[in-house]
Amino acid sequence: MSFELPTLNYSYDALEPMIDARTMEIHHTKHHAAYTSNLNAAIAGSADEKKTIEQILSAETLAPAVRNNGGGYYNHNLYWELLAPGGSTEPEGDLKKAIVNDFGSVDAFKEAFTKAAITRFGSGWAWLVKNDGKLLVGSTPNQDNPLMKVSDIKGTPILGIDVWEHAYYLNYQNRRPDYVEAFWKLINWDVVSRLFHG
Amino acid sequence: MSFELPKLNYSLDALEPFMSKQTLEFHYGKHHQAYVNNLNGLIPGTEFENATLEEIVMKSSGGIFNNGAQVWNHTFFFNQFSKDGCSEPRDVLKEAIEKAFGSVEAFKEQFTKAAITLFGSGWAWLVVNQQGELEIVQTSNAANPMRDGKKPLLTCDVWEHAYYLDKQNLRPKYVEDFWKIVDWKIIAERYQ
Repeated sequence: MSFELPTLNYSYDALEPMIDARTMEIHHTKHHAAYTSNLNAAIAGSADEKKTIEQILSAETLAPAVRNNGGGYYNHNLYWELLAPGGSTEPEGDLKKAIVNDFGSVDAFKEAFTKAAITRFGSGWAWLVKNDGKLLVGSTPNQDNPLMKVSDIKGTPILGIDVWEHAYYLNYQNRRPDYVEAFWKLINWDVVSRLFHG
Repeated sequence: MSFELPKLNYSLDALEPFMSKQTLEFHYGKHHQAYVNNLNGLIPGTEFENATLEEIVMKSSGGIFNNGAQVWNHTFFFNQFSKDGCSEPRDVLKEAIEKAFGSVEAFKEQFTKAAITLFGSGWAWLVVNQQGELEIVQTSNAANPMRDGKKPLLTCDVWEHAYYLDKQNLRPKYVEDFWKIVDWKIIAERYQ
């Protein structure tokens, strides 16, 4: 099977002014599309063609092209799904309880996640993951992902922020902290909660 | 010792249209400046407080290395351009390039490939290796070939901030324009 670039269920300008339409369009139709087609080329004719993206990324070893493009494919799928036009709510219910239990408070969690996003040097992602029932915050370089064996932080991603410069440079240039601040206004916590319970 | 942002040898609009004034305003004025400021904030009270920038690049790690090496890398990068630079390598440098890569054209092709295929943030370099031969290397993030005993001659910054305002996702187009602003007289001086 070959992987397909997902269509977004909101328009490119739906996240304005936090994320601008031009950034969204290039990010989706150029960067994510390139990861998708490069992933398909990398796995063509191999056993990976019959696997899910999660199975591919969880393998004991990953060829560089599969690691980079498979990670890029999965990470962006998650990112688009987590963003909510109309703005963020707050974590509720069991998810909120788990956050408070593992980080002390929702604010303390946000501080830890923000720090992970801002201090990741170079290109990469910051994550909230669920590992054996416990929530963890961390970051990965480039398109690595907590499902990968090479990742320092391991678990199932339930929230992720892209801190490659392409995610924010047209709108925020060198001001990554402003982009991360804006990200908090766009999170679809229903999706995070579903992934938490998944 | 406190480091300062080095002055550019050209005006911010001198490299237009290949590298825009806006890109230089951010790349030099914000990113390069931030690495300088961060480094100055990190070294007091450490063994690197009175070190030279080269010593920091060669010996440090963590945040001091990331910021120190990025100060060095960006200074080296910005210093190799000019508005009306000599467009092609000549003389002994040209001979060394031909010896290592076959031709100047073949060298440019290989260097371009190194710059385009470096995944994530980093740098492509032309270096003199420990055998005295020219070689092309890629480094990630702040990494610098001097740590491997190699002498840098030319570098291309492929962090997205180097080209995103001008070229967005089109890194190959950025590298194509990079060749139009490299001053080979400066690269020749570095080689000698």
